[in-house]
Amino acid sequence: MSEQLHTSAPAPHGAPIAFRSTKPSETLTDVVIRFAGDSGDGIQLTGTQFTQASALAGNDTATFPDFPAEIRAPAGTLAGVSGFQLHFASSDIFTPGDLCDVLVVMNPAALASNQKWLKEHGMLIANADAFTAKNLKMAGYERNPLDDGSLADWQVFRVDLARLTNDALIGMGLSAKEVERCKNYFALGLVFWLYERQPQLVEDDIEKKFASKPLLKDANIKVFRAGWDYGENTDQFRVRYHVPAAKIAPGKYRSLTGNEGVALGFVAAAQKAGLGLYYSGYPITPASDVLHQLSLYKEFGVRTMQAEDEIAAVCSAIGASFGNWLAITGTSGPGVCLKAEAIGLAVMTELPLVILDVQRGGPSTGLPTKTEQADLLQAIYGRNGECPLPVIAARSPADSFECAFEACRVALKYMVPVILLTDGSIANGAEPWRIPNVDDLPPIPVRLVKDRAHFGDGPVLPYQREAVTLARPWLYLGTPGLEHRLGGIEKWDSTGHISYDAANHHHMVKTRQAKVDAVTQEMPPTEVIGDRTGDVLVLSWGSPWGACVTAVQTLRAQGRAVSHAHVRWLNPLPPDLGAVLAGFRRVLVPEINNGQLIKLVRATYLVDAQGFNRINGQPISVAELTDAILDQLPH
Amino acid sequence: MSTLAPETAPIAYKAKDFSSDQDVRWCPGCGDYSILANVQRALAKQGVPPHQIATVAGIGCSSRFPYYMATYGFHGIHGRAPAIATGLKVVRPDLQVWMATGDGDSLSIGGNHFIHLFRRNVDIKVLLFNNRIYGLTKGQYSPTSELGKKTKSSPFGTVETPFRAVSLAIGAEASFVARCIDVDAKGSADVFAAAAAHVGTAFVEILQNCNIFNDGAWEHLAAKENRSDHTLMLEHGKPMVFGAARDKGIKLVGLRPTVVKIGADGVTEADLWVHDAHDEDPTRTFLLSRMEWPEFPVPIGLFRAVTRPVYDQLVNAQVEAVQRTKKPDLQRLLDGSKTWTVA
Repeated sequence: MSEQLHTSAPAPHGAPIAFRSTKPSETLTDVVIRFAGDSGDGIQLTGTQFTQASALAGNDTATFPDFPAEIRAPAGTLAGVSGFQLHFASSDIFTPGDLCDVLVVMNPAALASNQKWLKEHGMLIANADAFTAKNLKMAGYERNPLDDGSLADWQVFRVDLARLTNDALIGMGLSAKEVERCKNYFALGLVFWLYERQPQLVEDDIEKKFASKPLLKDANIKVFRAGWDYGENTDQFRVRYHVPAAKIAPGKYRSLTGNEGVALGFVAAAQKAGLGLYYSGYPITPASDVLHQLSLYKEFGVRTMQAEDEIAAVCSAIGASFGNWLAITGTSGPGVCLKAEAIGLAVMTELPLVILDVQRGGPSTGLPTKTEQADLLQAIYGRNGECPLPVIAARSPADSFECAFEACRVALKYMVPVILLTDGSIANGAEPWRIPNVDDLPPIPVRLVKDRAHFGDGPVLPYQREAVTLARPWLYLGTPGLEHRLGGIEKWDSTGHISYDAANHHHMVKTRQAKVDAVTQEMPPTEVIGDRTGDVLVLSWGSPWGACVTAVQTLRAQGRAVSHAHVRWLNPLPPDLGAVLAGFRRVLVPEINNGQLIKLVRATYLVDAQGFNRINGQPISVAELTDAILDQLPH
Repeated sequence: MSTLAPETAPIAYKAKDFSSDQDVRWCPGCGDYSILANVQRALAKQGVPPHQIATVAGIGCSSRFPYYMATYGFHGIHGRAPAIATGLKVVRPDLQVWMATGDGDSLSIGGNHFIHLFRRNVDIKVLLFNNRIYGLTKGQYSPTSELGKKTKSSPFGTVETPFRAVSLAIGAEASFVARCIDVDAKGSADVFAAAAAHVGTAFVEILQNCNIFNDGAWEHLAAKENRSDHTLMLEHGKPMVFGAARDKGIKLVGLRPTVVKIGADGVTEADLWVHDAHDEDPTRTFLLSRMEWPEFPVPIGLFRAVTRPVYDQLVNAQVEAVQRTKKPDLQRLLDGSKTWTVA
């Protein structure tokens, strides 16, 4: 735990009578807590509830769910360990934290695979009941680490979760399995006590969740309270910890994951454009939640399709776009491979379309549940022929709403497919989001043509271009006189008729590129955090943004001449980026890939940029990044 | 919902009202010319104006079809027309959607979309031009080429058993299945009219001649002198009689269709298999789809037309049902279920 500010008497944080504590409280500026257990232990739920309570307490929060690809790997095995890390603080934070202050493990496998994330001298809360000979063996332990002294560097708290849960439920008539499933609420009660979180929130949730099962509702509330009381009564825990509310911009907030953010962004864009929204996807980790989410929003007229494959998903979206709807397809990297030819068709037919790529570890099936940023070059270049399209990337869960909205706006304004990149850590991570007022969202103009008179007495020209955007008109199907044909064969500019003419092809290739280049008009000046000249510029895109902000802030506080710039549009790159880069002796590009933006930067600006690349399925660590920046600084 | 009525008083359309200004670029003598003319005539008769129709295609000779139609048109990529057409139909139920495809386009590269189109029963009229060859890539065997066929890519003969397009469609739960011959204007008109009227996926296999790479592939059926004896014109509710002298028929012995001579061995029309195009159970229809020359006359006409839930209608009905009880409120959607306010 970082900086300890002061120790106070029992905290009066509005806990109801039943939850009054007599133990002293210490104040901390931020805490990173990690829950780990079997996939079936309710770890993600526990983490999410603790996050909500922290956000409601006014902390800034950032989360990182870390789960296995297997749905229910055999209980107790290393393969089945699911983790959830939460960073909550009394100041602005940008990452879920590298290492944790507190690790809560539900079994030996969870300890074995997560011990590496626990800070030196950190708190380890272990479900001691689960450290049986069988579980120890499955986790690869020869001796019980809780007993053999190997954990001497940490503060170990042994909690007999199973027994204590069972004790709390004696006489309620629950089966052994039902009792077992309550134990995550014991752990939650305990950490709610430890960090002075508002218990009512969990109790309300339990009331709602088990409304139709009164017995289980009572049981879970009982266990949750037992966990809280255990903290209060056991001698193991002597103090509670208080993380005060952060100074956050005023407004209305909610917790938002990246997948929720893009789904909401798509709906908002469709509403602001006055268009119907069509979304088609094929189930794929980690993008499926976007399909789940959008299929709920029927009151907004959203049509969703679970397609028979990735190609059908994108092609049906192209059909819907031809039908004058805002059309979107969402997937992860392997799906983008399959969609490549159809994306080319959308480029050729100049139809608005958004392709969401929630990146995951690759290549091939790779690491489906882990994060990576290795689809950048695929997004920009991965199609046959000269096939440019705008590419935008979200930097965080909260940013994903705005990027989704922006992707739709640009697609409609320029009549072009746009690829929107997020990644596994953004998709499943959550952070507080200041909810925009819908009246403040800009309207999205659409180039629909619904009247034959648009072309006067002349012929219908499906490829007649608007001067500034080079966009063609979006002819409204069903209009008498506007019948026209689109297709993937090269066409004459303006008329759209099939053409194999050599000079025309050259012209059309250049025109499609110029149209994408025109998107630079949409870009605000590149923001540089820190001075515009100095020793090192850290240049980020996508999810490493948070780690870069944190590392650069720290180094600047130490007086280092380090600045940070972040690019949201990857294609085309911001028009002022070259000038920004020129202000620094060194440019460092941190990426969760083997060096992709760096290739573009080096090729485009002839800058000798250096890469910092970690491809371990995890977000970039602030500590490692800080070291990498220091390496670039003059010694 | 998807039964399209002309906007105003019925206008009498002519076939040329459905003909675009583009030069038709199929090879001279290609069966596609007849198909185009037959479709344009059927559409004129139907009376839905060109601007309320969209024609979608994949890739191949057949898939140039949309360019030649004066409707809205989309020339997609190889095999994907069913998916493109599905997305279009879901968001634009006001349009009548026709799809042109070929045996390579739909039965090979687009096989997956093809079967799922039938399973979903999207309200789309599918015209599959079956010439048993790849034409646009200049003469490779297709998934309907007969076993042993010698082509550029099978110089020693193919070693692949062909698909029967109609069997495949029935197996994929198609609600409407028909077959016609490119040069048979009358038979095509009937089938296209029935397809246009059907609500759901209407599948028409058109036996089409590629005079360049597979000339005469259907000559045993298409040639006037062969047609009566080698084909069986299906008529709902009628016994299956064929032959120039109308003296042959099909008798169903158990689940085995059998060719019989009317009048011989005491066989009368009353003994013949009576075609039921509206049989919910596709078992007998499937038997029909297996009948091939020379063992049998090849059935032509309407195999099957049954009513079952239509995908695009269900998608839109679900949305409309929710909209009747729930008003869209974007701010409330963005707010979600739990918010907090920072002052």
